[in-house]
Amino acid sequence: MSEQDYLKDISEIKHLMNRSSRFISLSGLSGILAGIYALVGAAIAYFYLLPEDDFVVLHSWNFKMLVVVLIVVAILSIGTAFLLTTRRAKQQHEKIWDATTRRLLLNFLIPLITGGIYILIKINSQHYGLTASLMLIFYGLALVNASKYTIGNVKYLGYVEIAAGLVCAALPGYGFWFWIFGFGIMHIVYGSIMMLQEKKH
Amino acid sequence: MGLIDNINKLFDHRIRLGIMSILVVNEDADFNRLKELLDVTDGNLASHLKALEKEDYIHVEKQFIGRKPNTRYIATKKGKQAFSKHIDALEAIIKKGK
Repeated sequence: MSEQDYLKDISEIKHLMNRSSRFISLSGLSGILAGIYALVGAAIAYFYLLPEDDFVVLHSWNFKMLVVVLIVVAILSIGTAFLLTTRRAKQQHEKIWDATTRRLLLNFLIPLITGGIYILIKINSQHYGLTASLMLIFYGLALVNASKYTIGNVKYLGYVEIAAGLVCAALPGYGFWFWIFGFGIMHIVYGSIMMLQEKKH
Repeated sequence: MGLIDNINKLFDHRIRLGIMSILVVNEDADFNRLKELLDVTDGNLASHLKALEKEDYIHVEKQFIGRKPNTRYIATKKGKQAFSKHIDALEAIIKKGK
């Protein structure tokens, strides 16, 4: 075999390793949009829903609306990521739903759902002071856990979210601002970095 | 000892090389998954799998999912070592050429 053949072997090995074990990365644009949805949601909450004395009464209309805003932000973000990723997979002629995707989703959802249920239990027993911190920590853990199965540097985003969540737990009263940092600003920063990298290729 | 000596003859074939590439980064893979990733025919894939199994580079596990037989392939320790040695050899040759 010639040197060219060996080079071809190496690139074939790389390609197969990636394709068999890693899901194509989410597009940077979906990260930026998720960040923007989070910021818009936070702005709505800040100007219309959060009472002035910094005290949210559970089971009030305001609280229910806060939950609705959160759910809308989550659905929009996931929907955007799904649409943009399927579009890209089609362009690259990759299958979107295979063993790799299933494994990725499973590994992402285990910490996320655990955290979600935990937060709901806590809220039900009136402990909602740490909600923002817990959301950040469990989301970060989900990202780190899923990063093994995707191309890209999503684990660094995960580390930042976990760190933000821990700092947030130590500074009670600033949960809202940490939430904006973790879900809004960090998504935009991460998405922009991803987009720059995509352009390079 | 020349660089070529570390090249594993068994991996000199695209499909066998491909099977090992997939199995070293995945816990396991079943027959259909390998077929889909490597884009080969049943018979072709089966014969290459057999060759790797004979060398003890992969381990075969047969089981039933419902009523359908399902065969999973797992890289053995020996197979992983042989594969990484092979890659090192490829890299050494390419580096030398530069």
